[in-house]
Amino acid sequence: MSEWWTYSLSDFLLFSPRTYYRLFELYNLAIWPAQLAALAAGIVIVAVWRHGGRAHGRMISGLLAGAWQWVAWAYLLEHYDTINWAASYFAIAFVLQALLLAWFGIVRDQLPLAWWREARSRVGLGVFVFALLIYPLLAPLLGRGWLQAEIFGVAPDPTVVATLGILLAAERPTRILAVIPLLWCAVSGATLWTMGSREGFVLPAIAILTLAWMGLRRTAPAP
Amino acid sequence: MPQDLTRRDMLALTAGVAGALVPLAAPAQPRILTRPIPSSREAVPLVGLGTWITFNVGNDKVARDSSAEVMRAFFAGGGTLIDSSPMYGSSQKVIGYGLSKLDAAKVFSADKVWISAAASGPAQIEASRAAWGVPRFDLLQVHNLLSWEPHLKTLFAMKAMGSLRYVGITTSEGRRHAEFERVMRAQPLDFIQITYNIIDREVEARILPLAQERGMAVIVNRPFQEGDLTRKLARHPLPAWAAEIDCTSWAQVILKFIISHPAVTCAIPATTRVDHVRENLAAATGRLPEAALRARIIAHVAKL
Repeated sequence: MSEWWTYSLSDFLLFSPRTYYRLFELYNLAIWPAQLAALAAGIVIVAVWRHGGRAHGRMISGLLAGAWQWVAWAYLLEHYDTINWAASYFAIAFVLQALLLAWFGIVRDQLPLAWWREARSRVGLGVFVFALLIYPLLAPLLGRGWLQAEIFGVAPDPTVVATLGILLAAERPTRILAVIPLLWCAVSGATLWTMGSREGFVLPAIAILTLAWMGLRRTAPAP
Repeated sequence: MPQDLTRRDMLALTAGVAGALVPLAAPAQPRILTRPIPSSREAVPLVGLGTWITFNVGNDKVARDSSAEVMRAFFAGGGTLIDSSPMYGSSQKVIGYGLSKLDAAKVFSADKVWISAAASGPAQIEASRAAWGVPRFDLLQVHNLLSWEPHLKTLFAMKAMGSLRYVGITTSEGRRHAEFERVMRAQPLDFIQITYNIIDREVEARILPLAQERGMAVIVNRPFQEGDLTRKLARHPLPAWAAEIDCTSWAQVILKFIISHPAVTCAIPATTRVDHVRENLAAATGRLPEAALRARIIAHVAKL
């Protein structure tokens, strides 16, 4: 793309806010009651996280990988692709993230989580619970109605936020697992910002929190 | 009143008289102004219909029907030229949906080729044609000069074979004007498409005069700066001089300013609303501003 500096974010916005949010409405109607299963999976993640044990990292990684895979197929390819020609590329990234979670989290068991012992685990849990319980409320709170709610496990933004919450609480954070979620925060944050959505600051704020926390952990002196 | 006339008869009689009077009482639809395509002298209405963002509604049946109603009002108001691109998401398919419900013969189909790989151009054009559901495009343009050399060869070959009527190139927001000008000088284009409005007037200096000199029709995109200009002007009262050019809204002032430039063939505002498409088409009727009033419009808007 030549003269790239002459382009603004609005030049890349292909749809209106009305079309974007209406897509969630049609998607939610199409997949009902998968949302209930997704919310149940989110509660199971918190329960397994709380319980701990040898396999908890593997179980949580498996559930997260399944969520990323579902979003790639059911939302990005089957729905978002109808209004955004870039959606198929996003779907590839989401499948890649599912594979990374499966490899590092299930095969190599590199995602055991801390529970409440340290500040980072409390922050991570807070971010996860925000994605699970608060994010679906944004649509009705902002006047768009329940049908346009974005729900963890089936919609991309809360799934990404929840994943960053898990990574924040990881005992041994695998930084490569944060790359695609952080890139999505930039892409979706820019989309919402350009549309003038009031929740446009949420994803960038979570991304900055994650980056800052990871940076702090990297520079912290060894005990 | 004759005794044998029932209430039903009276109602029918009243309705019949009223119906007969409607064509007399209703104002005749003003004639829509046209301008000829220089290379063929075919007349094109001065206001067309853009589809960027507005027609990208995916598979939403309600929104597709709404877009079809916009198209119905557009054709009913005398409009013909609809512009789209493979870049605009589902817009082409939504146009095709509308055309399948309406009289497709009225449409002047303007689309674009937008793909880096030159070899993929014909396949993309065919996919676009299938999405519209038209036998052939009236106009195909190289979108934002992307791979313009091989794509223009394809388009001129299609025109020579009779599978395309007109060839053009596009840019927007003032990008690549130097290269745009070079292509205009070197290629026998029928159309160019550029951004032009009261605020963005860079094309007045070289591009528009060159189009006149080379005999090229001009389509104007983003006349309302994606709504920013109309929203900004809506905060201010419509000046008294707007009545001198039969304008009842700022949107019409903006459009009349654009289409009054003698080089401009058609402006393509995009909308999702039937009332707006009617308002836009009304800008292609009545009086247009002369040079003095055009200067006054520029000065007035600059002060706001």
